[in-house]
Amino acid sequence: MAIVELKNVAKNYAQGLVAKGKGDKSSNAVDNFNLVTRDGEFVVLVGPSGCGKSTTMRMIAGLERNTEGAILIDGKDVSQVPPKERDIAMVFQSYALYPHMTVAENMAFSLKLKKRPAAEIKTHVDEAAQTLGIQHLLDRKPRELSGGQRQRVALGRAIVRDPQVFLMDEPLSNLDAKLRVDMRAEIVKLHKRLNVTTFYVTHDQVEAMTMGERIVVMKDGKIQQIDTPINLYEFPANRFVAGFIGNPSMNFLRAKHADGVVSGDGYQLSLDGGHRPAVISRKMVDVWVGIRPEHLRLSDATATNRIQGTVDVVETLGAVTVVQLSVGEHSVTAQLPGHQKVELGDTLTLSCDSDKLHLFDDESELAIGRESTAQPSAAAEV
Amino acid sequence: MKAISRTAPSAEETGARSFARTTRLLMAPAVIFLLIWMLVPLAMTIYYSFQQYNLIMPMYNGFAGLNNFAILLGDPTFWKSLANTLIIVAASLVVTVCLGLALALLFNRTFVGRGVARTLAVAPFFVMPVVTGLIWKNMLFHPVFGLFAWMARQLGLEPVDWLAHYPMLSVVIMITWEWTPFALLVLLTGLQSLPEDQVEAAKLDGASAWQEFRHIVIPHLGQVLYVVVMLESIFFLTSFAEIYTTTGGGPGTATTNLPYYIFQTVFQQNDIGIASAAAIGAVILANIFAIMLIRFIAGNLNAGAAR
Ligand SMILES: Nc1ncnc2c1ncn2[C@@H]1O[C@H](COP(=O)(O)OP(=O)(O)O)[C@@H](O)[C@H]1O
Ligand SMILES: [Mg+2]
Repeated sequence: MAIVELKNVAKNYAQGLVAKGKGDKSSNAVDNFNLVTRDGEFVVLVGPSGCGKSTTMRMIAGLERNTEGAILIDGKDVSQVPPKERDIAMVFQSYALYPHMTVAENMAFSLKLKKRPAAEIKTHVDEAAQTLGIQHLLDRKPRELSGGQRQRVALGRAIVRDPQVFLMDEPLSNLDAKLRVDMRAEIVKLHKRLNVTTFYVTHDQVEAMTMGERIVVMKDGKIQQIDTPINLYEFPANRFVAGFIGNPSMNFLRAKHADGVVSGDGYQLSLDGGHRPAVISRKMVDVWVGIRPEHLRLSDATATNRIQGTVDVVETLGAVTVVQLSVGEHSVTAQLPGHQKVELGDTLTLSCDSDKLHLFDDESELAIGRESTAQPSAAAEV
Repeated sequence: MKAISRTAPSAEETGARSFARTTRLLMAPAVIFLLIWMLVPLAMTIYYSFQQYNLIMPMYNGFAGLNNFAILLGDPTFWKSLANTLIIVAASLVVTVCLGLALALLFNRTFVGRGVARTLAVAPFFVMPVVTGLIWKNMLFHPVFGLFAWMARQLGLEPVDWLAHYPMLSVVIMITWEWTPFALLVLLTGLQSLPEDQVEAAKLDGASAWQEFRHIVIPHLGQVLYVVVMLESIFFLTSFAEIYTTTGGGPGTATTNLPYYIFQTVFQQNDIGIASAAAIGAVILANIFAIMLIRFIAGNLNAGAAR
């Protein structure tokens, strides 16, 4: 268990090539990364592919050196400490099991290197195998295991060590959908039990939302927002986070603002106390309006908040019906109750409560007005 | 089951049968080639090994029974050549594999000029054995004109006549020079197929550089090492050109190996019968290695198919 702190951490893969003119600051794979975990916290890094999640993990593990800033574990700067001395266990996406060793040998490897007595090693391995339900596999080689079993062995190899920090880099992405949901719950349970500070990487926002105590949303090597799942959903800090979190994604409409009402071709929405003062005080004209599909509902054509469009696509999922409408130049997705009868080509009027609207600056794309009241920042607690 | 399927052969079964026929047809050219080029000479060798057949004594031809083998086993030179063969194989194996592995580990890292260095390191492999022998004899080992002699003189030392005083060492050096690139190439390919994340996992598990090598790299290279050892053994068993062009099996019988012994028996004593008997000995020796190799490869293929 440990507190991990990343201070202004940056990674530039081209560093060293800078002299040859191949690298500069803008090519940082990870830039200005700041985060302090709680002891035993489960932190999820999420973002699209190539945003620097793996790079961040590898820097924490010591497999890559951070080119700027400092990484601290329990207050001690480990930036220059080699991986084998950091006492960090990592679960790789490919599992990276040792193919020539049995499951038991795979799990025992780190303890064997530490020259622990055989009996003690056996106790630890058996205990971990029990936790993960793989006692019957201990004598098998990795190639004789299914994907889900390999996954468990990889987890087992990590927990046998009882490390200070767990790192998991997309550990479930090679499993099929059903197994993924099961393992998700199991990893969360495992974490509750072991209570070891854990970094978990995924590009799947559902995984992030269901597992993370806190989520770090990244894009292009930069942190977009660090918050609890519910705060990310309700108070996205910018347009990227708003679009990334939630499924189906938030709708964005380009709107003109006048007197507390934002409108455009086919829609008009009035702002409530949360937005109105901010927009008016900044004398804004052009804004982005964000509306989550699940906050839209059918209404009559006279509602104050209304969006009118023709139906392009209808997806009947049973529990819900997802429809796509053309509203002026925009395409709007709405999630309606499952029993709702909707036909292609219908003209619908949708409505949305003012307090469910999100506004974003036209240029900076930062959220306007509404802000998360309770910022659960570990930095503040420590 | 059989009877039922015979009356109404399933599409799958006829498909399988025609597949088997096609397979045999496609393999035929290779098998026929092997028969002509391998089995015929082998059969002739076996035949002559039981014949009294000396080219300068044509009147004494005829069936010799086990006489050729008796003469062979009574010839101290044969035993000496057998010992020399094994020394050459063992010494060259140890050096080429160790050196090859060290170089492969080196070239598996990135450093400035790696491409050029790698090409140079591999180059000896493309030199013909005869040329290898001549280069070493005339340009390197030569006590007057050789590079080593020049270096010794520069250091104020007496030049060494390598081929005369250290004949076996010289032969092993030449063979090693020629075959280390082979071990290097194969082992380097093996190293490059080692998944990076396994090494990283070992690092995080607390492995030092040596432990990483010992527990991850060596097991990964296990099969590749086995193949290198087996193939090289068979090549080293048949070393000839390097000896023919340099020491001529000498001084005395110091570097006479089995192939060279057979050569001498045929072309200097003109005794085809005894040479054939010796050749059978060489075939048996080579087969011991070959069978181990084939077993290993077949075992691997089966394991691969079962996976
Ligand atoms: N070894 C490397 N050398 C150079 N660039 C790299 C290397 N590894 C990753 N990158 C680059 O760094 C960025 C972040 O990569 P990565 O951390 O793997 O993203 P993610 O895990 O979020 O998909 C990408 O643009 C990628 O191309
Ligand atoms: Mg990644």
